[in-house]
Amino acid sequence: MFESLSLLSLQQYWWLIVSLLGALLVFLMFVQGGQTLIYTLGKTEDERALLVNLLGRKWELTFTTLVTFGGAFFASFPLFYSTSFGGAYWVWMAILFAFVIQAVSYEYRRRPGNFLGQGTFEIFLFLNGFLGTLLIGTAVATFFTGSGFSVNKMNLLDLTSGNMPVISEWKGMAHGLEAALNPINLSLGLAVFFLARVLAILYFMNRLGHAAIMERLKKQLLYNAVPFLVFFLAFAGWLLLSKGFAVDPNTGIVSMEPYKYLHNLIALPAVAVIFVLGVVAVLLGIFRSLTCFEKCHTKGIWLSGTGTVLTVWALLMLAGLNHTAYYPSTWDLQSSLTIENSSSSHYTLTAMSYVSLLVPFVLAYIWYVWRAIDNKKITTEELKSESHVY
Amino acid sequence: MTHIDFSLVDWSRAQFALTACYHWLFVPLTLGLSFILAFMETMYVKTGNEEWKRITKFWQTLFGINFAIGVATGLILEFEFGTNWSNYSWFVGDIFGAPLAIEGIMAFFLETTFIAVMFFGWNKVGKKFHLLSTWLVAIGSNLSALWILVANGWMQLPVGMKFNPDTARNEMVDFWAILFSPVAINKFLHTVSSGYVLASLFVVGISSWYLLQKRDVILAKRSIIVASTFGLMASAFLMFTGDGSARAVAHHQPMKFAAMENLYVGQQNAPLVAFGILKADPSTPNHKKMDFRYLVEIPDVLSYMAFLNPNAYVPGIFDLVHGNPARQIPSYNERIAKGLLSINSLSAYTTAKRAGNDSLAKASLQTFEANYNNFGYGYYANRDVHELIPNIPVSFYSFRIMVFLGMHFFALLLVVLFLTVKNRIENKRVILYTALWTIPLAYIASMLGWIVAEVGRQPWVIQDILPTIAAVSQLKASSVQFTFWLFAVFFTALLIAEIGIMVKQIKKGFSA
Ligand code: HDD
Ligand code: HEM
Ligand code: HEM
Repeated sequence: MFESLSLLSLQQYWWLIVSLLGALLVFLMFVQGGQTLIYTLGKTEDERALLVNLLGRKWELTFTTLVTFGGAFFASFPLFYSTSFGGAYWVWMAILFAFVIQAVSYEYRRRPGNFLGQGTFEIFLFLNGFLGTLLIGTAVATFFTGSGFSVNKMNLLDLTSGNMPVISEWKGMAHGLEAALNPINLSLGLAVFFLARVLAILYFMNRLGHAAIMERLKKQLLYNAVPFLVFFLAFAGWLLLSKGFAVDPNTGIVSMEPYKYLHNLIALPAVAVIFVLGVVAVLLGIFRSLTCFEKCHTKGIWLSGTGTVLTVWALLMLAGLNHTAYYPSTWDLQSSLTIENSSSSHYTLTAMSYVSLLVPFVLAYIWYVWRAIDNKKITTEELKSESHVY
Repeated sequence: MTHIDFSLVDWSRAQFALTACYHWLFVPLTLGLSFILAFMETMYVKTGNEEWKRITKFWQTLFGINFAIGVATGLILEFEFGTNWSNYSWFVGDIFGAPLAIEGIMAFFLETTFIAVMFFGWNKVGKKFHLLSTWLVAIGSNLSALWILVANGWMQLPVGMKFNPDTARNEMVDFWAILFSPVAINKFLHTVSSGYVLASLFVVGISSWYLLQKRDVILAKRSIIVASTFGLMASAFLMFTGDGSARAVAHHQPMKFAAMENLYVGQQNAPLVAFGILKADPSTPNHKKMDFRYLVEIPDVLSYMAFLNPNAYVPGIFDLVHGNPARQIPSYNERIAKGLLSINSLSAYTTAKRAGNDSLAKASLQTFEANYNNFGYGYYANRDVHELIPNIPVSFYSFRIMVFLGMHFFALLLVVLFLTVKNRIENKRVILYTALWTIPLAYIASMLGWIVAEVGRQPWVIQDILPTIAAVSQLKASSVQFTFWLFAVFFTALLIAEIGIMVKQIKKGFSA
């Protein structure tokens, strides 16, 4: 069935999947957002324990999505893997490190015998929440703003000097950290950070049975929604007005095209619809939770969560589809990565496409399990009766 | 155009080895303990006996402590292929990426989703569903081992691929050949069974400590029964698959095999070194030649082990480096010349194609393809051929200690199972102490296994196709040095925390 698709269709299909995984990841980063709010929302040890446990039952899902996103990107667009990870070394290392410190923190935080102390693990959780979201947002923004690198596959054959050759060369001296100096990148990074906090608040509203925290949640929702909107609109506004990296479908030559992303939005009406629906859903989820709190506060996470997935999905589609270079090089335009010049072979994409048929099945059992163990609101009493608490 | 310096390669190797070793400290316990938990819980569901539930929950807590850190260390590894082995990620990404992606989709989600039920579902879902979840965690973790080992197996024996001269990389042509390569199969079976043995020894050892302390006696004995039965079967299987692995190495990686045996000159009826102590031979420093100081040999066994024929010829390091025309073994210099020819014809092909010279392009392509199986050797054109010999003492000792420990584990588990069934284990303090002290030995054996496999493969990342010196990212050596130390310090701190927590938890006992 997939064998008969053209290489380009398979590349597009895999761009959609990788983008969807990225979008799910951004939604699931509500765990990270929540980690930055533990002390803001929890005033006593018991309250904080509630929040930590609520997040602790979900963190692995976010983590695994990150891992799968990485694996799927590697399998479908290996040149991106080799160019970006090896080049923007410091950004990716910082991101990885921010996630490594998270993985042990829930389990070890309050266990007797841990010599680092509870405080250390709480700092880890905060750092993961803050750096993880900010840096991933910043890194994704470079899909639109570009980075400085060159790619020459034939370097592999260059044995002229005694030393060994490299295919992808990074030009920025800071190996990726330079991306954080660009205000456009930063505004997306901050938008993701505040969005993660907003989603965390909506998630808490949905799952908590605790009156005092609920009051604080309402206030915090507003405090975080406003900066999110400011940074998101700044980025979205820039995106629709800016030049973009267009690829000539016949020659593969990359050039700058004014209003490229706006053009993409017009050329791909389905993506435009997804984008608009997504943005509306995010805003509606926030708005309703504020204005009709009593009736709506448990539903916000579903609306805004779905909205987040749709919006991010659409954004990433804009970056790669419709003859656009999704990982542009500002140093050498022709080194820019497109879904066509960076992808795996027809055979591999086909084989992987069969594997992708498992995805709906995976989503279904995750959904089923979530429902099965989240059937009650979580309270301090419930927590006391549990055998496994963080 | 741009080139890299060599200490970068070494630091990158060190960093990968460090992070992989840390990952491997936690993974084997996950692989085995998840099944042991499933057996224990099955007993609970079958008998309805609450004691089994307490047993399951106790080991489950230890599982959780270990699991978290396994996840933390795995993340680094996955991305390190990109961050530190950037050339590699392009050159073989078409093949290597797929198992990594499949691992995520097929295995990791299974594991993480049902782990949530395993830990938090006791009061929320039915007994049967809970049991099913525990089994799915075990299956999920072992599936993740499958895919990553298929990837590693492919690096040792690159099959199912073809080089595409237009994209300048290897491309997958046969998924099933990669999945069912003999190396991948042996590697998977051997590695997961090593995890089963390790986890069994872990459970037996800790339970023995309770017996020595005369605490939680019944629960400890039940744990021992489950673990030693499982462990005994697994360790028999481990020897069997280890033997299969050795044969695969002999066939596909003769240099690794020769290094594991310190076999310098090839021979027929080659004997197996049962015990040996090496000393350097100063007469030929660059040959890395090692002599034996003490040596106990078993005649013919090595030939038999390698080729199932006591008369078979096993090539030695000297034959592989300098060639042995009588045995049709080319020398490394010949292979380097062919590799160079292959690289240069690919260059010529590209230039000719760009210039529109089709006949030259075609001829160059043919030369390239005819010599491709020596491609990687071309990178050694201006270098000392002896760099192509892996570290011999490390390979030799690691292999011997691993095998020796494997026999010890089998014997120990047999005795423990026998005594427990006869209900005489409680008073056998020597055995109980031995079981306790075998826990670290299990970790040592399993780590040494990887050292044999990975050090013996040097300097190849992809056997004969891509050496480490052509695989790295263009970074400053000092950058990699920095992240190396960062991980070294950080993972060590986490390890200490983990051991502290583990020990506290064990001291609390089953009733906690
Ligand atoms: C508890 C750990 C343990 C034990 C007791 C053994 N092994 Fe092992 N061995 C491993 C753990 C391990 C491992 C960590 O799982 C390795 C590393 C990679 C692999 O495939 O398995 C390995 C590798 C490995 C290799 C190298 C494979 C390669 O390079 O591809 C050989 C030849 C053997 N083993 C052979 C044996 C034999 C004959 C044993 C007999 C008892 C044995 N091992 C016991
Ligand atoms: C988890 C257990 C593993 C351990 C303990 C381990 C250990 C090591 C060691 C000690 C080295 C350094 C060898 C040297 O440079 O002298 C190494 C290198 C390496 N290993 Fe492994 N390894 C493991 C698993 C894997 C797996 C599963 C893969 C691939 C899927 C892999 C891929 C590599 C690569 C790419 C290098 C660096 C390049 C090289 O030196 O060959 N390793 N590993
Ligand atoms: C260099 C190669 C390897 C890479 C890139 C890698 C990658 C990873 C990653 C990313 C995770 C975290 C998954 C999550 O989010 O749940 C993980 C966990 C795990 N890996 Fe690896 N891994 C490697 C080697 C191995 C090997 C050799 C085995 C087994 C034979 C193995 C078995 C597991 C298991 C069972 C887990 C579950 C967590 C745990 O054990 O605590 N991995 N690995």
